[in-house]
Order: sequence, then structure tokens, then C-alpha cells
Amino acid sequence: MANATAINAGMPVTRRRMTMKKFVRRKSTIAFVMALPLILLIALLVVYPALFSMYLATLNKSMEHFVGFGNFEFLFKRDTFWMVVKQSCIFAISAVFFKALIGFFVAHFVHAIPAKGQRKWRGMLLVPWVIPPAMSTLGWFWLFDPTYSAFNWIFVRIGIDPVNWLGDPMWARFSVILVNIWYGAPFFLIMYLAALKSVPEQLFEAASIDGANWWQKIWYITLPMMRNIISITVLFSLIVTFANFDIVRILTNGGPVDQTHVFATWAFNLGIQSSDIPLGASVSLFMLPILAIAAIFILRGVNQRGNEA
Amino acid sequence: MSSSKKFSRRRFLATTAAASAVTLAPPYIRGAHAAGKLSVGFWDHWVPGANDTLTKICNEWAAKEKVDIKIDYITSQGNKNILTIVAEAQAKSGHDILQFPAWDASFNAKNLAPVDDVMNAAIKNNGSAPSVVEYLGKVDGHWIGVAATTGSQLKGPCGRIDLLKKYAGLDIVKMYPGAGGKPDTALQDQWTWEAFLAAAEKCHKGGNPFGLALGQTSDSVDWVGALFNAYGAQLVDAKGNITVKSDAVKQVLEYAQRLVKVLPPDVFAWDDASNNKYLISGQGSLIMNPPSAWAVAKRDNLKVAEQCWTFPSPKGVKGRYAPGQPYFWGTWKWSKNIPAAKSLLAHLSERASIERLVAASGGYDIPGFSGLRDFKTWAEEGPPKGTVYNYPPRADQIVSIAGAPAPVGIANQIYNQATMTKMIAKCTQGGESIDKAIGWGASELEGFMRV
Repeated sequence: MANATAINAGMPVTRRRMTMKKFVRRKSTIAFVMALPLILLIALLVVYPALFSMYLATLNKSMEHFVGFGNFEFLFKRDTFWMVVKQSCIFAISAVFFKALIGFFVAHFVHAIPAKGQRKWRGMLLVPWVIPPAMSTLGWFWLFDPTYSAFNWIFVRIGIDPVNWLGDPMWARFSVILVNIWYGAPFFLIMYLAALKSVPEQLFEAASIDGANWWQKIWYITLPMMRNIISITVLFSLIVTFANFDIVRILTNGGPVDQTHVFATWAFNLGIQSSDIPLGASVSLFMLPILAIAAIFILRGVNQRGNEA
Repeated sequence: MSSSKKFSRRRFLATTAAASAVTLAPPYIRGAHAAGKLSVGFWDHWVPGANDTLTKICNEWAAKEKVDIKIDYITSQGNKNILTIVAEAQAKSGHDILQFPAWDASFNAKNLAPVDDVMNAAIKNNGSAPSVVEYLGKVDGHWIGVAATTGSQLKGPCGRIDLLKKYAGLDIVKMYPGAGGKPDTALQDQWTWEAFLAAAEKCHKGGNPFGLALGQTSDSVDWVGALFNAYGAQLVDAKGNITVKSDAVKQVLEYAQRLVKVLPPDVFAWDDASNNKYLISGQGSLIMNPPSAWAVAKRDNLKVAEQCWTFPSPKGVKGRYAPGQPYFWGTWKWSKNIPAAKSLLAHLSERASIERLVAASGGYDIPGFSGLRDFKTWAEEGPPKGTVYNYPPRADQIVSIAGAPAPVGIANQIYNQATMTKMIAKCTQGGESIDKAIGWGASELEGFMRV
């Protein structure tokens, strides 16, 4: 009887031990523990600064009083702010569109190269993405240099008028977008190339038998098969391009007359150089809700298509 | 007679504590680093070797004062020095002494230990501080930074002797000769912004235009600020009232419209290196810059360097304003060794130290004291000998900064957001009317009033 009582009393402990053992052995637990250092690192380097910048955005200029959304109210009344919003949208949307387009077509060309010679091309085409942008943009700056532009040197020799690349607002915008496309297109290329390789060849063969042309194959096979990767790359690139700093900073510093400023460069100008950190933080946070909503919709679409598959 | 003083519990504790302190405290030994540690963040100088001299001066002081000193040189490339200041101010930790560019000392005033004692002693020995140094370094009647020698600069004209004489008939060496020469005061009186424009037109016609940046970086903002001040064109007055809608501002913008016509068309895209390159290449006949452009020309294009001469800015109706950019050395309130920091700052503010620093920079650095304008470096540097003799501000020059005399919090934004050059760009390159450019300026300034 006494033994039985002891056994009964001990059972929950054993079961608890078993449950604990099971919990520890569960794949998700192991995965979590293994990812924990990275999670902590992200919390320290991403989450904390993000929360801190949200806090800063709620302070007044001297950072002594809480003003709630006062900084945003102030920004919404400034013409320069709306100009920066417009420019950031033009910059990010056009750059991402052309990066995706160029990446898509170049990925097709590279995909068509026989496997033996493909590696060389892949390596060469990735070079712009591999060079730190601060360095490569300096190279571009010398090509666009206001006085000694290499492009203009060639233009003059072939009888074309020199272009004021960085001094004329329209050309300055073109230049910063061009450099961003040059830098970012290889990312799309490599992602699309990987996606293309996973499209079953039989689908193309069947389409050929049915008499589909090149365009129809792209429209009815390639694009639907790559929809998820296109969505994710576009989303990722949109976020990164909206946050771009170095290209604009090095090429134009936001000029002429603020007409190439994007959120990051204007936030730096306000927050660090003009000593108004809360206003700078508010500018840099303005896109956060818009991009977050876009991310939710895009990722939900990707998820749904994943479930359908 | 019994003692009236009772040996109370409190008195017992105090006596015991004092006795313990005497007994337990280690005997005072004046060791190698008896006066503690000091970490310093100086601006990383452009001129090769200038940092070495500063290090040497600091180490000599540290050895004498028994301080363990650690020096970091922080570059201004990519605004790293400003980022460091902001980060240390946020973290309330970092260097004991930090070097602050023009605006950053006053912005951090509440975090900086007053250095009235150091500055007042330095002024007594070296002469008064120019008004711009006081404007930026003194807050609520207290010095919050010591006028730094390294980095402090002026951006007056650096012209080509040959080209200005050839095209504009302007003898700049006669007007502002080197050491020992007799200046032509009549020519100096005629050296106005109108004469400057006339010379710019002639040089443009001759094929070697003036290279005056009109972008959004400091070289552009500095000379434009001096032009505005010379005409008394204040965007915001000293009391903080917006005064951009004035005849003086209109006059400057009209002047700028005439001047821009004879400048290279790409000046709106120039950064701080563009004007240097323009002079060194031999294309430009005049730029507004410290003698660093000449120093590089000496290395890269000696023929150009031999024809360069730095001289004071033209004058306007309100005077001869020189575009200056003073730097400051400050010590954080939370520094653990403020006495040592102040001792070092006092040492660096001595005439002998300053003279060595000026020599090491080839005359680039301008001391923040009016009595220190007679160093032989400026007289002897060349070729041509005496090329930077007129670089330090003397006689009728008023050193100023763009945005002044507006309250520093507003002027800082006028400066860093390049409001003046943008107004010029709008009514010239942008094709807008002067009234529209002024209206735009007024709207920007309203935004700067934020507290």
C-alpha cells in the first residue's frame, strides 16, 4: 500500500520529467536554442535601435519633452518633406522596377548559356553587387564628375553636348537611380536564375509541342512559377531601396536644391548635421507602417500560394 | 573644569573614519601616471604630419603631468567626427576631450563642462577671441569649448596671380603683399564684391572662370554666408526674427544672378573637392578655400601652385566678412578627469604650442585668438613665398559664419541645410523669381524655429 502510494505520488514527477525531456528533444526547441544567439543579436542590433528611434521620434528638438506625434504633424506641414516622400517613391519604385526587369531578362540569357560557360558569366555579372556600394559609387561619381566627367569627355569627342549629370535636377535623379539599378540588378539576377533552374524542363517541352512561342512560355510558365520569388525579391529590394543612403549621399548629397534627397539622406541631414535627432528619427520612420503593410500583403500572398501548392 | 565638548557618536565615527583613511590609504607615490588617465578624440588633420606634432605636444604634457594619455584621431570623412559626438552625447560616455566642429559644441552645451578658466587665461595671453569664436563657443555667458587651433580655418579667395593680372588687371600681390611688403590700401579699398564680380566676368571672358561652388556642402555655404553678411543680408536676426524678406537679401540674390552667369554651369553640383580640383587643374582663376588647394597644387601641379596667392575677401556695404569655420576642444561633464583635461587644453592654448601646430599644418590652421597672427610660417610658406601670409584674418576683416547672427540653433540649420545656396540656385538655375526664392526661404526658416 505504501509502495503503491509512493508510485502514485511519483508518477506526475516522472511524467513531468518525460514531458520536459520531450520538450527539450523537440525539433522546434532545438532550432530555437540554436537560433537564440542570432535572435539575441538581432534584438540587440535591430530591435533595440528600432524601438529607441521610435522613442526619439516622440521627443521635442532638445530631447527633453514628450511630444507624441508632434514631429510628424510638423513634418506633414513642410513642403520639403512631401518633396522627399515623392522623390523616395520615384527613386525606390523606378529602381526596383528596372532592377527586376533587367534581372529577369539577364537571368534568362544566363540560363540559356550552356552549363560549362555559365559560371564565368554568373561571377562577372555579380561583381557590382559584391563591391561595397560606397566604393563603387565613388567610381560612378568620377564618371559623372561635374567638371571632369568621363562620360562627357566621350560625348564631346563624338560631338554630343556634355550633360550636367549631377547639377541638373532631372539628370541628377536619373544618375542616382541608374547607379542603384547597376548595383542592385545582380541580386535579382541571381535570385531569378535560381528560380529558373527549379522550373521543370518538361513544362517548356510540353509548351513547345503545343506551339507556344517564347513570350507565351514566359507569360504562362515562367512567370507563374516564379511568382513567389518575384514577390519576395521585390519586397526585399523595395525595403532596402527605400532605406538607401550611400548612393545619394556620395553622388549628390541630396542636391541640387534637395531634389534627390531620399528619406535616409534627409533624415541624416536633419538629425545628425542639423542637430535635430527627433525630427530625423521621424523622417526615417515615416515609411515603416507603409512598408510593413506592403510586407504583410505580399507575404500573405506568398503563403497562400505556398499552401495551394 | 570638565570639558564642555562631548565625544558624541557622530564625532566618534568621523574621527574613526578619518583615522582609518589615514592608516589605510596607500602612501602617495608620484608614479608614471599618478594624475590618472585621459582619453582624447582629436579631428584627423588633412595635412600629413600635423597629427604627429599634436601627439608630440600632448605626450610632452602627459609626461610632465604624469597622465596616461590615449589619443584617437577621428576623421571628418563621412561625418564620422559628428557621428562620434552624437553617439558619445547619447551614451554619456566616451572620450574625456573631444574636438567639435563649428556648431557642435554649442549644440552640446548642456553636456559640456564650462572652460571659462582655460579660455579666459588664453585670451589674456593670446588676445581676444574673434566674434565668431565667441558666437559659437560661448553659451549663456560661459565658454563651453576652447578655441581649437587644428581644423579652424578661413575660406577666403585663393587666386591666380598671373590670370587675375592678365584678364582683370588685378595685382593681388600689390594689393595684399607678403611679409614686409607695403600693402596698397587704395587697391584694398577698391576690393569690393562689385570689383570681384567685374574680375569674375573678365576671367570668364578670358576662358579661366572663377570656381565658386554653389552646392550644399560647407565650401559653398561658407563663402555665400560671407557674401550675405557683407551686404547685411540676414535671413534671421540675432533675436530670432525671420528677416529674409528684406532689400538686402534681394540685393544679394540679384548680385548672385549676375555672378552665376560667369561661373562654370556645374557649380551647383560641386562638393568640397570640386573647387580644389578646378584650381589645381589650371582652369580656375580664383576659388574660395583654405590653402589646402594650394598645398595639393604644390604637390601635383607646381606651375599652378607658384601662381597661387591667398588674400582677404572682398568687402560689401557692411564690411569685409571672412568666411571662417572655427573648431573647439571641449570636455564632457561626465569626464572622470576634468582637471587633467583642462590642464591639457590650457597647454594646447599656449602660444608656443599653437605656433608649433600652425607650422605643422603649413599655415592651414587659424588660431582662435586675435593676438596670434604673426607666426613666421605664414610669412615663409611658398612657393611663391608669402602665398599664405594674408590668410590669417587681420586689419578690417570680420570673421563670420553663414547663418550668424541668428540664434545658434536656427543658424545651424540655415548652415547645414544650405538655405542660402539653395535660394541662389532657385533664382538662377531653377529659373524662379527672386521673390519666389525668398518666399521659399521664409517657409524653410519658419520650420527652423522649432524648439
